[in-house]
Amino acid sequence: MTTITGNWDDGAQVIDLTRSPASMRAHNVSAWFGNHKVLERVSLDISAHQVTALIGPSGCGKSTFLRILNRMHELVPSASLAGTVLLDGEDIYRGPKPVTDIRRQIGMVFQKPNPFPAMSIADNVLSGLRLSGTRLHGRSAHAVVQQSLERAGLWNEVRRRLSEPGGALSGGQQQRLCIARALAVEPRVLLMDEPCSALDPTSTGVIEETMAHIAHDVTIVIVTHNMQQAQRVSQQCAFFLATHDTPGYIVESGPTEQMFSEPEDPRTRDYVHGRFG
Amino acid sequence: MRALEVNALGFTWRSLFCHICRLESLGPVVATRMKGRNYVSSSVEDIREERLEIRVSRPPADRVYRAVARSAGAVTLVVMGLIFLFLLLRSWPALRDARWSFLTESKWNPDAHQFGIFALMILTFEIAIVALTIAVPVSIATALYITEYAPRAVRRPLTSLVDLLAAVPSIVFGLWGRAYLEPRMVNLSKWLARHLGFIPIFKVTTNTFAGSTFIAGVVVSLMVIPICTAVIREVFSQAPPGEKEGALALGGTRWGMIRAVVLPFGRGGIIGGSMLGLGRALGETIAVALIISPITDKTIHIIQGGGNSIAALIANRFFESSPFAQRALMAAGLALFVVTLLVNAGASAIVSRSRSGAATEI
Ligand SMILES: Nc1ncnc2c1ncn2[C@@H]1O[C@H](COP(=O)(O)OP(=O)(O)OP(=O)(O)O)[C@@H](O)[C@H]1O
Ligand SMILES: [Mg+2]
Repeated sequence: MTTITGNWDDGAQVIDLTRSPASMRAHNVSAWFGNHKVLERVSLDISAHQVTALIGPSGCGKSTFLRILNRMHELVPSASLAGTVLLDGEDIYRGPKPVTDIRRQIGMVFQKPNPFPAMSIADNVLSGLRLSGTRLHGRSAHAVVQQSLERAGLWNEVRRRLSEPGGALSGGQQQRLCIARALAVEPRVLLMDEPCSALDPTSTGVIEETMAHIAHDVTIVIVTHNMQQAQRVSQQCAFFLATHDTPGYIVESGPTEQMFSEPEDPRTRDYVHGRFG
Repeated sequence: MRALEVNALGFTWRSLFCHICRLESLGPVVATRMKGRNYVSSSVEDIREERLEIRVSRPPADRVYRAVARSAGAVTLVVMGLIFLFLLLRSWPALRDARWSFLTESKWNPDAHQFGIFALMILTFEIAIVALTIAVPVSIATALYITEYAPRAVRRPLTSLVDLLAAVPSIVFGLWGRAYLEPRMVNLSKWLARHLGFIPIFKVTTNTFAGSTFIAGVVVSLMVIPICTAVIREVFSQAPPGEKEGALALGGTRWGMIRAVVLPFGRGGIIGGSMLGLGRALGETIAVALIISPITDKTIHIIQGGGNSIAALIANRFFESSPFAQRALMAAGLALFVVTLLVNAGASAIVSRSRSGAATEI
């Protein structure tokens, strides 16, 4: 499905323009690990072209929800779920599309950078395409590598060392390499689970810039514990909460500005102002 | 029995490796000293700084455990050393008689003072290579199935089943190979000779197919599979889950994920496991002795009847040999011992290196 069109020779036209950012909608999503229910009827609209931030205390199910959005949840052996998840109106769990196809359209960046350490930087960027059966060579491969690394804000740092192993980069660079790798397959949605939690402020700044930069081409959902970051990068925001015996649910969601200035729920106000617990 | 020996050996090498690793704990001390020197050179007052002696006091339980583990390792080493010495002493007259020609001579005729290990070693390796050619791919596939494909519920039973295969005595494999497998394999051998005879190793110069290197190798492969599988499975199961998820999240299929993450990660385990299997295959005795039609000239025609291995030769000949021929057989045993030890040591080094690589966060 990943059709990369355009004239390779001038290296200018790499993005397939038919692959525009998609909206997503979760409706009454519940999730279990074994008999332990961790999400309770979560519904959320994720609009295209926007950055949606998921916030909430630890253990409230943000990662679980995010992983449900690109069908990674089902990889945990005991996991199960209920509800509906739509990608541009199409059910990703009940639809006819194979799961590999869904995941290609909905990319993911993990909390811990996970490049393939033995592969070269260039091969890392191309790995998503290879995994989906697209082998690029020569100029076309180079164009994809350059474009993806540029979009992830890493090109200038690694342009001279593309054949070095991906494991030789710093943590922040590895994370941007992972972003580049995810962007190379032209996803329509990009899920990011605390992408900056292991990084220093400078790398965090670079990644936030990267996000602002790519938000035109891809819908972004980010989980973050950093309220300032949520305010800086997101336009929409959802506040998750779980207590000892109730599974996680969304207390409030809406435009980030409103969530931070005049939240409807007192618990949201407490959380975003750091007065929680 | 044999599996135990291999394990004991593995344990020794691993504990040796641990001892070597423990030397690394000197690292910080050395670093402290270096720093001390820097301070000395840059400080205004020329007072000798007192260097920190770092002493780790271990709790008693720890010390007891260390003592037990150490002495167990030491005992194994001592026993192996004694075996080596014993073989060397017993075979010395024969070795002195044959001198370097022991390594290059192909005939085995001790009573005529013409004997050497060359052809026998080649024949031994031929059986081992046939065994590995079958065992390694099967082991990789089995390990992949157990770690990546099998439903959780059957993983454990399957693992034990494979381990159980290692517990079957080799005489049982030998009997089964001789009585059941061989008559059926002969047809396959004929087929191979007819259709692939243009390849030298599949060519036949006689009309017998029973008792061939090929059939012995197939039986030995069954004994090698559990060892290879255990090592390879262990390493595969340590493939970093973060990278595996990364590959799947990119839209990779399971097989794509295996090729991108699990196989590159497990390469050391595959090589190490295969070499451990090689060590096992080189030393396999009774099953080979039961099946093979012994010859002592080297041949590359593995399909036709006739082959040998050092272990099988010793088992077949020992009690009907003259005292001097017995010493020659001891020398052959010594050569096998050394080669097997080297192979095992190499395997352990590779396996432990790949494990320690797995332990470092990538
Ligand atoms: N693999 C798993 N097996 C069993 N329970 C799990 C598993 N992963 C998560 N959980 C449980 O699910 C609940 C939600 O976890 P989740 O990781 O989604 O929280 P989170 O909001 O992402 O937390 P954090 O902010 O700390 O990352 C927690 O109670 C957790 O213990
Ligand atoms: Mg989380």
